[in-house]
Amino acid sequence: MATPDAGAAMQPNSEASRMLIATGIMAALLAAAPFLGVYPVFLMKALCFALFACAFNLLLGFGGLLSFGHAMFLGTAGYVCAYSAKSWGFPPELAIALGTAASALLGVVVGALAIRRQGIYFAMITLAIAQMIYFFYLQTPFTHGEDGIQGIPRGKLFGLFDLSHQLTIYYFVLAVFLAGFLLIYRVVHSPFGQVLKAIRENEPRAISLGYDADRYKLLAFVLSATLAGLAGALKAIVFQLASLTDVHWTMSGEVVLMVLLGGMGTIFGPVVGAFVIIALESYLAPFGQWVTVITGVIFVVCVLAFRRGVVGELAAWWKARGG
Amino acid sequence: MQALFGQLLIGLINGAFYAMLSLGLAVIFGLLNIINFAHGAQYMMGAFCAWFLLTKVGIGYWWALLITPIAVGAIGLLIERTMLARLYKLDHLYGLLLTFGLALIIQGVFRNEFGSSGLPYQIPAELAGGINLGFMYLPKYRAWVIVASLIVCLSTWYVIERTKLGSYLRAATENPALVQAFGINVPRMVTLTYGFGVGLAALAGVMAAPIYQVNPLMGADLIIVVFAVVVIGGMGSIMGAILTGFSLGIVEGLTKYLYPEASNTVIFVVMVIVLLIRPSGLFGREH
Repeated sequence: MATPDAGAAMQPNSEASRMLIATGIMAALLAAAPFLGVYPVFLMKALCFALFACAFNLLLGFGGLLSFGHAMFLGTAGYVCAYSAKSWGFPPELAIALGTAASALLGVVVGALAIRRQGIYFAMITLAIAQMIYFFYLQTPFTHGEDGIQGIPRGKLFGLFDLSHQLTIYYFVLAVFLAGFLLIYRVVHSPFGQVLKAIRENEPRAISLGYDADRYKLLAFVLSATLAGLAGALKAIVFQLASLTDVHWTMSGEVVLMVLLGGMGTIFGPVVGAFVIIALESYLAPFGQWVTVITGVIFVVCVLAFRRGVVGELAAWWKARGG
Repeated sequence: MQALFGQLLIGLINGAFYAMLSLGLAVIFGLLNIINFAHGAQYMMGAFCAWFLLTKVGIGYWWALLITPIAVGAIGLLIERTMLARLYKLDHLYGLLLTFGLALIIQGVFRNEFGSSGLPYQIPAELAGGINLGFMYLPKYRAWVIVASLIVCLSTWYVIERTKLGSYLRAATENPALVQAFGINVPRMVTLTYGFGVGLAALAGVMAAPIYQVNPLMGADLIIVVFAVVVIGGMGSIMGAILTGFSLGIVEGLTKYLYPEASNTVIFVVMVIVLLIRPSGLFGREH
C-alpha cells in the first residue's frame, strides 16, 4: 500500500466519473445504433453475448477463476425461460426471471462443488459438469433434443409493451444489458469486489486476514452464473429459440475468447470482445468450418502476444502517454 | 450374460484409452504445469496419420504404430518450442487457453479437409477374427488393444518411477531450478516430455483407428471425459492415472448394461461424488 496523499484520494473519484462518462457514451451509441443503419437483430445478439461475457469476466477477470462450463448457465436459463413462456404461457418478464433463477440455483450447486479445487482443476471440473448437463438436455424430452424449443412467444412485457415490435424489444434488451453492466461495475468496485481481487492475487494472505475465501468465491460464482442466465433467458426471448448450441462446450469456449480478446479484468473489455466476435461470426458465416479455425487462431494470438486484450492494451497505451 | 460381458469388454477398451490419454496428460502436467487441451486433437491426428499412411502411402498398421507417435510427437516438439515455452512464467491458465485454441485450429482444419463423417480403417490381417471363450466372443483386435495399452502404460510407469531418467524427471517436477543447477538440461527435458506425451496420445489414436472410425471430432468429446478421469484420479501419481482410467472404463461399461441412459454421464457423476468425499482425487496430492 502506498502512503495516502491528496492525489491518490482524488483518483477513484475521477476514475468513477470517467467511467460514468464512458458508460454514458456507450449507452447513447447503442441507443442510436438502430437509426444509424445497424441491423437490430445483430445488435441484440451482440448485447446478449456482451452481458454473458461481462458476467463471465466478473468471475475470471476479477475473481481469477476460469470456468470452462459457463454455457450451462446460458443454456439452462434459456431452456427454462423458453419452456415456461411457451408451455405455461408465462409473460416474458416472468419467464426471464424464472430462467435466471434456475441458473442461479444451478450456480449454487456447481459453484459449491467446483471451488473445492483450484486453478486448472477448477476449469476441468466446470467443463466436466457442463458436459454432464449437456447430455442431460440432449436426452430429456422437454428440450426436444436437436431441434430445441422453437417458436417461443415474445409476448407483452408487463402486459404493456409488445415485444414483437423490433425496436421495442431492442430497447428492452438494451435496458437489461445496461442494468447488468452497471450492476457488475458496482459489484467490482464494492468492498466485496476488492476482497475478491485480494483473493485472486493471494488467497492465503486473504484468508490470513480473516476473509472466508470460499464464501467470497462462491458468491462471485453464483452472481456470475445468475447474470449469465439472465443473458441466456433474454437470448431465448429475442431469438424465440433455445437449443443445444447454447449448452455445448464450444459456447463455453466462445465466452472465454470474448473476454480474452476484449481484455480480462477490464469493465468494457467483454463488451468489445463480444461485439467483435459476433461481427466476425456473422461475416464469416459463409465460410463454414473456417470460423472454428479463425477462432482458434485468435485464441493463440491473444495468449502469445496480446494478453491484455483490446481494452487492456488501449488502457496501457493511455497510461504510458500520461493520460 | 453375453450382453454383460460384451459391455464390460467395451468398457475395458474405453478404459484403455482413458488410461493412455490421462497418463499423457499427467506426465505433461507434472513437468510443464500445463493442461494440454490439444490432447484430444493430437489423438485424432494420430488416427488420421495412420489412415493416411495406409491409404495414401500403403504403410500398414504395425509400422504406423511406430511412425505415427514419432511424427505427431515431432509436431508436439515444435508446438512446445515455438509457443508453450513462452508461457512458463505466466499463470497456468494461459497454457490451457493456448492449447484450447490449438485444438480448435487442428479440428477445424481436419473438418474442412475430411468433413465430419468417419473414415474406415481396416483391422490388420493378423488380428482379424476372434476367439470364442465359451461365455463370450472376444475379437482378437480388442484383446490386443487391452494388452498393448497395458504394456504401454506399465512401461511408462516403469521408466518414470524406476529408472535414472525417470528420477531426473521426477526431480525436475519437484524443483526444476535445483535440477538445472546439477547440470541437467531441464528445458530440453521439458520439450521432450511434451513430445512424449503428444506421441502417447497419437499412439492411442492409431490403436483407436480400427475400433472407432477415424473422425476429425473423435477426440473433442473424449478429452472432456479424460479431464473428469484426471480430476477423479488426481494427477499426482502415474499408477493412479492408469488404474483410474481402466476402472472408470469398466464402470462405464457396467452402467451401459444396467442403466444405458446414464452411460455417458456416469463418469461425471463419479467425479462429483469424488469431489464431495475426497476433493484432491483418489490418488492426488494438492499442487
